Amino acid sequence: MNCDVCKQKTATVFLTQIVDGKMQKVNLCDACSKEKGVTDPKGFALADLLLGLGASEEMERSGVGQKCPMCGFSQADFKKTGRFGCSNCYEVFSEGLEAMLKGMHKGTTHTGKVPQRLLKARQHAEELKRLQRELRKAVDDEKYETAAELRDRIKHFEPGNTGAT
Amino acid sequence: MALHNILAESGEWLSGDGPQSHIVISSRVRLARNLRNFSFPGWAKKADRIAVLECVKPQVESLPEMADAYSAYSQDLSALEKQVLVERHLVSREHAAKGIGSAVVMNRKQTLSIMINEEDHLRIQGIRSGLQLKNVFKLVDKVDTALGEKLDFAFHQQYGFLTACPTNVGTGMRASAMMHLPGLVLSEQINQVIQAVNKVGLAVRGLYGEGTEALGNLFQISNQITLGEKEDEILTRLNKVIEQILQHEQNSRVSLLEKKAVLLLDNIGRAYGILRHAHSMASKEALNLLSCIKLGTDLGFFPEDGRLLVDQLFMETQPAHLQKSSQQKLQAEERDTLRAEIIRAKLAKFPKPDGKKAIERGREERKEKEEKDGRTE
Ligand SMILES: [Zn+2]
Ligand SMILES: [Zn+2]
Repeated sequence: MNCDVCKQKTATVFLTQIVDGKMQKVNLCDACSKEKGVTDPKGFALADLLLGLGASEEMERSGVGQKCPMCGFSQADFKKTGRFGCSNCYEVFSEGLEAMLKGMHKGTTHTGKVPQRLLKARQHAEELKRLQRELRKAVDDEKYETAAELRDRIKHFEPGNTGAT
Repeated sequence: MALHNILAESGEWLSGDGPQSHIVISSRVRLARNLRNFSFPGWAKKADRIAVLECVKPQVESLPEMADAYSAYSQDLSALEKQVLVERHLVSREHAAKGIGSAVVMNRKQTLSIMINEEDHLRIQGIRSGLQLKNVFKLVDKVDTALGEKLDFAFHQQYGFLTACPTNVGTGMRASAMMHLPGLVLSEQINQVIQAVNKVGLAVRGLYGEGTEALGNLFQISNQITLGEKEDEILTRLNKVIEQILQHEQNSRVSLLEKKAVLLLDNIGRAYGILRHAHSMASKEALNLLSCIKLGTDLGFFPEDGRLLVDQLFMETQPAHLQKSSQQKLQAEERDTLRAEIIRAKLAKFPKPDGKKAIERGREERKEKEEKDGRTE
């Protein structure tokens, strides 16, 4: 298999990249991989290579010089590594991220598994809302005994359980 | 449980008793998970990595699935031990390069391994023999759910599970099957298949080397998309494509038997001759020749009871396994000599290939099929 860049020498470095949401294989010979800085990840935009050309640019547009307040990660770091610093980075760099994810995946909204904890918290929040609705209705209907009962249940329901979203 | 005790036994996926395991060697699913409020391992300071490790490791070890587990800090494993784990697909190459601040925990059956502080805080991986992605997913999903109750995983309302690399965000799931496809390679259809699979958003990679140069005719098919599709949808789609490739591989073998019997006999016969008589053999050559013997076994050129032996040789002739068995570090040349020696010894009583019956059977089956087709037309 020949090198994709010089088309002459035998490829020894095999990379996979995503361009416009499509996987592309890049095969490079020793010389070209060195020239492209593949052997020295600090010397080039690994983000471009891993995530598709333009990925690092996309990130750059979303506010140069911005840093994640939680981990200190910057766009330049993303450009170098193609990785984020922490989970909070997804909020900080959300602007360029959206376009990048669109090219890479099927849409930009997760439809799969939700962690148990969150699921429970969500159910909990919904249950609380339901009780509050019932309470209002009981008050409106002047069913004071039911209302008192509901109020009691809500009181025992709330502490420490509403924090999660 | 000590590592050498675990490694003395070959993993479940190597036993070859899963569904369709003659062609689909193994099914693997891994989930990437991270803790909220901690930097990802590649960006975190050493103290933070250790803090995450000390928080995660006890939780992993206390899983019921890890009751008889092996657990080790990365710095306590030798380079050779790590390489053996890589060859068994129990840790990634990237994880094998880690030192202080990382660890791996795996169960005795070697069906479940959890890497701590690889690229993500957790990489939960399941691997089983044959085509059974959904069973493997069930295992890692259960483990993930249990861990998710104890650990505060980074989860975003829109993006789902957050990962160091945006290519993994969402489900954090990468599912793959390792397939042995000598029929498609011999009949020169493999590139078409690879292109078709790439078009539907899945990746095909040679397990060792790329494209037609894939050694041992071993390929890995995996999902690329992790965001915007449910786990189950991803697995169903992947499974469907794998079944199609499986079908193509089977068809190509039938057609090789029919139309290119000499090519088959020659390839398998030569492989047999070289493996039985060589005195120096590089890992690459061994993989390719063993692949021919494996194909021969599938086609009935060799008795069925030799199958496990051949499958095990694929693993035992890998560089780290070889050095482990000899209890010392070997130079490349010494490795090649030892490799040839082991293969000769293991195949000493292996009978000669007998292709006649298989080819005749192929002919008869075809005749029957033609008669049947003739009747229905
Ligand atoms: Zn080149
Ligand atoms: Zn951050």
